Amino acid sequence: MFENLSDKLQGVFDKLSNRGKLTEEDVDVALREVRLALLEADVNFRVVKDFIARVRERAVGVEVMRSLTPAQQVVKIVHEELMATLGEPARLDLSGTPPHVVMLVGLQGSGKTTTAAKLALTLRKAGQRPLMVAADTRRPAAITQLEVLGKQLDIPVHSEGNKVPPPQICANAVKRAREGAYSVVLLDTAGRLHIDDQMMRELEQVKAKTDPQEVLLVVDAMTGQDAVRVADDFNQRVSLTGLILTKVDGDARGGAAISVRSVTGVPIKYLGVGEKTDALEVFHPDRLASRILGMGDVLTAIEKAQEVIDQDQALKMGQKLVKGEFDLEDFRDQLQQLKKMGPLSQLLDMLPGMSQVTRDLAPEVTDQHLKVIEAIINSMTAGERRNPRIINASRKRRIARGSGTTVMEVNDLLSQFRQMQKLMKQLTGGGKRGKGGMRGLMSMLGGFGS
Amino acid sequence: MFRRSKKLRDSLTKTRRSFFGQIAGLLGAGEITEETWEDLEALLVQADVGVNTTMALVERLREQVDRGKARNTQELEDLLKQELLGLLDAPPPMRVDEPRLLTLVLVVGVNGSGKTTTIAKLAKYYRQRGRKVLLAAADTFRAAAIDQLKIWGERADTPVIAHQPGADPGAVVYDAIRASQSRKADLLIVDTAGRLHTKYNLMEELRKVRGVAQKRVHQAPHETLLVLDATTGQNALSQARHFKDSVDVTGVVVAKLDGTAKGGVVFAIAHELGLPVRFVGTGETLDDLAEFDPEAFVEGLFE
Repeated sequence: MFENLSDKLQGVFDKLSNRGKLTEEDVDVALREVRLALLEADVNFRVVKDFIARVRERAVGVEVMRSLTPAQQVVKIVHEELMATLGEPARLDLSGTPPHVVMLVGLQGSGKTTTAAKLALTLRKAGQRPLMVAADTRRPAAITQLEVLGKQLDIPVHSEGNKVPPPQICANAVKRAREGAYSVVLLDTAGRLHIDDQMMRELEQVKAKTDPQEVLLVVDAMTGQDAVRVADDFNQRVSLTGLILTKVDGDARGGAAISVRSVTGVPIKYLGVGEKTDALEVFHPDRLASRILGMGDVLTAIEKAQEVIDQDQALKMGQKLVKGEFDLEDFRDQLQQLKKMGPLSQLLDMLPGMSQVTRDLAPEVTDQHLKVIEAIINSMTAGERRNPRIINASRKRRIARGSGTTVMEVNDLLSQFRQMQKLMKQLTGGGKRGKGGMRGLMSMLGGFGS
Repeated sequence: MFRRSKKLRDSLTKTRRSFFGQIAGLLGAGEITEETWEDLEALLVQADVGVNTTMALVERLREQVDRGKARNTQELEDLLKQELLGLLDAPPPMRVDEPRLLTLVLVVGVNGSGKTTTIAKLAKYYRQRGRKVLLAAADTFRAAAIDQLKIWGERADTPVIAHQPGADPGAVVYDAIRASQSRKADLLIVDTAGRLHTKYNLMEELRKVRGVAQKRVHQAPHETLLVLDATTGQNALSQARHFKDSVDVTGVVVAKLDGTAKGGVVFAIAHELGLPVRFVGTGETLDDLAEFDPEAFVEGLFE
């Protein structure tokens, strides 16, 4: 199983030449792993083939930078090329005279209706006056679904029931928007198979009648190899202008994004990251590239941490780390901050190499483990926490009784803590200020979580 | 034993042409070369069989070819058939068909996989087989999910037990069980809200829903079906693994197999998790559901 491409490549390169230029052999060995990583991430087979060829051409003969190992050098090139393929994030084109028509299309269950509501909310926040249009007359209760969402967000919905043909409904909605001074019209069309000719023709009619400025394909991030075909067919029929990747909050690596981008060439405009109506994000090519490569969404994890971790405290912690003064008291503070970030399992999922760990460990075990650690630390006196060395056998028995654990567990914690302290002294050599707290925390977890 | 509907045949034909049709064309009867293996790998991966399963399959076939079990591509095709069949082999009979007062089926899956539509089809399927079916609308979260199931219920002529949006799904199941008992229904199918398998709290909620069923009906749920979208790639494995761990999934329904997605996910899930596929969804109408039969499926792929 794949864990972390960097680690894996490191292993491969350990056996090979180490310095100087990347040789053909180096690159081929590395790219074999990259290929598997991409296929595992659901990037289309043919797209992978082209991609690998491009990277190979770029990589052979490249001077390995002094600060990098050959493995890191290859990963860097792959990463850059992936980012280039993913392209820059783009905004909705709302230039010209309103109302601007935005049409959402896609397969059944890709998330069009939810995305319509999220987009409407985003647009309203940006000062627009959106009108949502219930053009899915096929799926039972799809109209009601949009109406309920509209009511929740207080955004008007244009619907004419399910007897009127969708192209007509959409044309009427645009007229209403013009008269009612709405600035954006969001068309929520029915999910359909790209090979359903009749339904695709309906989509063409909607487009012809409403002249949309944006035609966005809504793609489930979990889509497999078939994504290329779906995207290509939709693009052929209604000329897409952008993509929205949904359900990105799951653990899919999202290789479909690469496939769809390669086939259509249109930019990714948003990512759907949750069921709530505000869960729509602008996408970051670097993060998505890391995720597709199985390198974890480290940046998101760090950002999440920054949201909840008190900056001053983090700074203080960082200074303590550098001086080697980090004690159990500080560790307890960090644990408490960690708890604010949500279940540990979710956090670990975002880190490279951790998805395997969380799969093997039941999430409650990990969180449970933290509770035990906290209980043990809480049962110590302030003096003991500041200077764990004074904890003798009798103190250990008291701590174990107080925390409902055993002396053995107390011993484990203490010895792990000593190891961590030692490790941290080594680690903090070149630590940046501010992030020290976070890094300390992560390395601590590495030791305690296992 | 297997009455394949026209729809399934159509969708199989499509799969065959796009995937195994190529293998058939590729294999024909000729020498097995390095290129044969490369093409084989390409075709399996493109069918969403997954890198790991593909590698395992190719390796086993290579071994057998080395031992002289296949001398040309024609014989290799037969071997491949056997191997694929081996991955899907002999599921235990469905517990829905065992005689008991009330059988409870829990239907779970990620958002948009096709749970509600599948449930409507299942309702019709079992009604036609003489069962008295009741549906429970335990997706109280998504906007209009209850209305959606009610409309399907009407079309399938099956009563739906529902609460208000936002109600406790466990309470819906509790009421639906009582309603089943008082109305003498013998099959209760529970629709649950779509949830991503990585959302710990939502998976816990699902366990609670299951707990209600367990407490009120002996040995329930008798089947827990995971609905997978056929267009899903390797993430389907993660879905199956998580749902199996949380609520002990007993079988899989592959929905939306009428598209061009190849459904290779079936092999990967069977290979790595041992979960049997029970039904396939092949369209938007109530009749677009077929029993999954491994033999007919694999055989059909090679016709």
